Amino acid sequence: MSLLDVTDLRVAFGPTTVLSGVSLHLDPGETLAVLGESGSGKTVTAQAVMGILDPPAVVVGGCVRYRGQDLLTLPERERRRIRGREIAMVFQDALSALNPVFTVGYQIGETLRIRDGLSRREALHRAVELMDQVRIPAARQRVHEYPHQFSGGMRQRVSIAMALALDPAVLIADEPTTALDVTVQAQILDLLGELRRERTMALMLITHDLGVVAQVADRIAVMYAGRVVEQADVHQLFRAPAHPYTAALLRGAAISGTPPSLRDLPSGCAFHPRCRYAAAVCRTVAPSTVDLGGRSAACHFAREVLVEPAAR
Amino acid sequence: MRSGAWRALRRRPVFWVSVAILVVVVVMAVAPRLFAGADPADCTLDRSMAPPSGAAWFGYDFQGCDVFARTVYGTRSSLLVGVLATALAGLIAAGVGMASGYLGGWLDSVLSRLTDIVLGIPLLLAAIVLLHRATANGSGHGIWPVVGTLGILGWTTAARVVRSSVLAARQQDYVQAARMLGAGHGRILVRHIAPNAVAPAVVVLTITLGTFIASEATLSFLGIGLRAPSISWGGDIFAAQARLRQAWWPLIWPSTFLAVTVLAFIMLGDAIRDAFDPRSR
Amino acid sequence: MSLLRADGLVKHFAVRGRTVHAVDGVSFDLAPGETLGVVGESGCGKSTLAKLLMRLEKPTAGRVYVDGADVFAMPARQLRRLRRDVQMVLQDPYTSLNPRMTVGAIVGEPFDIHRDVAPRGDRRRLVRELLDLVGLRPEDADRYPHQFSGGQRQRIGIARALALRPKVVICDEPVSALDMSIQAQVVNLLADLQRGYGLAYVFIAHDLTLVRRLAHRVAVMYLGKVVETGTVTEVYERPTHPYTRALLSAVPVPDPALRGRLTPIRLTGEVPSPTDPPSGCRFRTRCWKAQDLCATEEPVLGLGRAACHFPELLR
Repeated sequence: MSLLDVTDLRVAFGPTTVLSGVSLHLDPGETLAVLGESGSGKTVTAQAVMGILDPPAVVVGGCVRYRGQDLLTLPERERRRIRGREIAMVFQDALSALNPVFTVGYQIGETLRIRDGLSRREALHRAVELMDQVRIPAARQRVHEYPHQFSGGMRQRVSIAMALALDPAVLIADEPTTALDVTVQAQILDLLGELRRERTMALMLITHDLGVVAQVADRIAVMYAGRVVEQADVHQLFRAPAHPYTAALLRGAAISGTPPSLRDLPSGCAFHPRCRYAAAVCRTVAPSTVDLGGRSAACHFAREVLVEPAAR
Repeated sequence: MRSGAWRALRRRPVFWVSVAILVVVVVMAVAPRLFAGADPADCTLDRSMAPPSGAAWFGYDFQGCDVFARTVYGTRSSLLVGVLATALAGLIAAGVGMASGYLGGWLDSVLSRLTDIVLGIPLLLAAIVLLHRATANGSGHGIWPVVGTLGILGWTTAARVVRSSVLAARQQDYVQAARMLGAGHGRILVRHIAPNAVAPAVVVLTITLGTFIASEATLSFLGIGLRAPSISWGGDIFAAQARLRQAWWPLIWPSTFLAVTVLAFIMLGDAIRDAFDPRSR
Repeated sequence: MSLLRADGLVKHFAVRGRTVHAVDGVSFDLAPGETLGVVGESGCGKSTLAKLLMRLEKPTAGRVYVDGADVFAMPARQLRRLRRDVQMVLQDPYTSLNPRMTVGAIVGEPFDIHRDVAPRGDRRRLVRELLDLVGLRPEDADRYPHQFSGGQRQRIGIARALALRPKVVICDEPVSALDMSIQAQVVNLLADLQRGYGLAYVFIAHDLTLVRRLAHRVAVMYLGKVVETGTVTEVYERPTHPYTRALLSAVPVPDPALRGRLTPIRLTGEVPSPTDPPSGCRFRTRCWKAQDLCATEEPVLGLGRAACHFPELLR
């Protein structure tokens, strides 16, 4: 049984469907990369799992099972208990995720004080430990500093320390390195990899960067226009993609057209206006997810795309 | 963006109510005869303090003038003063604000301090001083001294608003793009900065209009604003309040018209501001 | 003679009593029709460099020459001429277009400012041609920026930059704000335009993979200085400066088969503050090869490709 199992998740924003049936799963100790561009719905998926959707966005269907229990049916009190302790999240912009008027030690310790009932001194001690674990040098002194005194990469480490405070089994990282320089990104990705191994934690990494995915992920879920269009093991995906969108991304070629607006999705398959393989059926019928044995793709021509030699 | 604001504006009942009131007010100011058949200058003492009747809906005041007619004709003065004073204040505010915000440096410091000083001067006290001098010279029974006084004392808030909008607009990339193309300062100000800085100023000036009308009434009440033969709500209120015990109608009607007009302008300004605020949509 | 030449450009800002050494001695040459890629991470000074090249900032020292003429010593008339020769594409497609102007007005504004370039009657036609050049339709001229996507807005910006037929276009992170699938489109457009019109580009970006696509030569910047230059093949395949090597090593390769095969170079520490750059070689605080010499003597770019006392000499 998977640790986290999202099945047919639907989220709507008023009349607009933002997620139209997202299904993916995360097994213990693995790294799942959720790959997609802006508007693909990857952040909304993470927010729905965490239960922190911005109103008026609301879940209108599907289920999110954690260790077998559907989180969406739980009362808010229960969800809050799971949030942080079992499933934690790290956001893209550490600067706005951190409160500028409190020290980082206070903020890291806050979770511990509130949830575990630690005293201020104990929480501070633990905060220093966590900062050490995320490799922040001179943690003992820096624990008393404010967010603006840290560089972008260091702030992200602080965010990660906060997320790890209660020792969660799942860490969702939403574009954690997009705003960082490439050398800092490399450091943070290394850190996430080490932490995952040390704690046997599962990682859901949301990103738009193929390079990051290739280096870090075990499995990949590719999202486009509010649904998962392909899921596969990372080696399989890169060797032989089964969805035209994935294939185009891997080729690095320019894809004509623009990502569709969710308010105005094309009929049938949302990708058909930009797809080389588009046929009449693609314009009228939305493809269902084709099972290709251990992997899947939502395309009428998945098998054809799969066997096409990858032109790199 | 503009169309979004317009739609948001249309949805607000406050907007329609204030527009309706102001349309009536403006028509009343432009064509008073449509409303009041009687001549406000037709005053005979034997009708003094006569109560409201079929002939005169608001009754007669102490001088025997038709209160309704006077109130309706008074709209013109109030509105005229309000509009002209706001125009003057607006011009000064635009000039000061733009120079301050766009040119910056020592000019900005000087103009900002000037703005602070003028802002700190109590409007009525300064108006009393200025108008007293103007009327003492024998001139100034017309509207221009009042217009001038209100204009040169009331531009400060609008200037500050213009300055901050200009500062914000100046940072925008499209302004840099225009500079790169070789656009001169004039072109940048007119085509790029002004259109984007105008909206907040409109809000402030609309509300300012309302407060100017109230200020004019206050000055006329004190006897230093508009005086006879100009008809002013403030003046009428002054005359009426002295004899309130005898008759309430000469007081209530000008006061009500004044309050409603001022309120309408302020409501309109509020509605426009809310419509432009993306957060409230 | 080179088309664009930067000679010892220096720009220091005074901020709250301290001096920010944004650009500290940058020189390069750009020939017609060529692309110089300028790469570096945040704080390296590349954006300030762009502003200096566009004459939007005055340098603390150094000069910029366009066609041999000193840009900062030009009389007003020549300056107007300069604006036609050197143009810029800005980074943020969402703020680089005036939201209250139609696309046609935006793209046509260069003609309004430089009236001698095209007679009034021609302008509409020229605007339509420019829109067509960047892949937009003629009817788009009557629409407003907010009706377009990021990639399309960037095309509008490019059309505007090309209106006066410049010789050099400074591209300051032109695709950083766009989605992956759109980035390639815009880069391809820039490449096509270069081939078609012989444009020279200074392509400033932090995305190394993108720069590789478009650039002929590359300059790597760190803390206000150019630490390595060379052709794109030289810099990407045979980097000699330790920072370049670390930078290239940090870029995640989109090929899982290579996982674990390449030993990555990981820089420790953080980028020093530009208000207080290290003495001697600025990179020494994070360099694994640093020696005493690096702290006392600043390495110069000179004849070698890298400003380093101990450059990597590969076979």
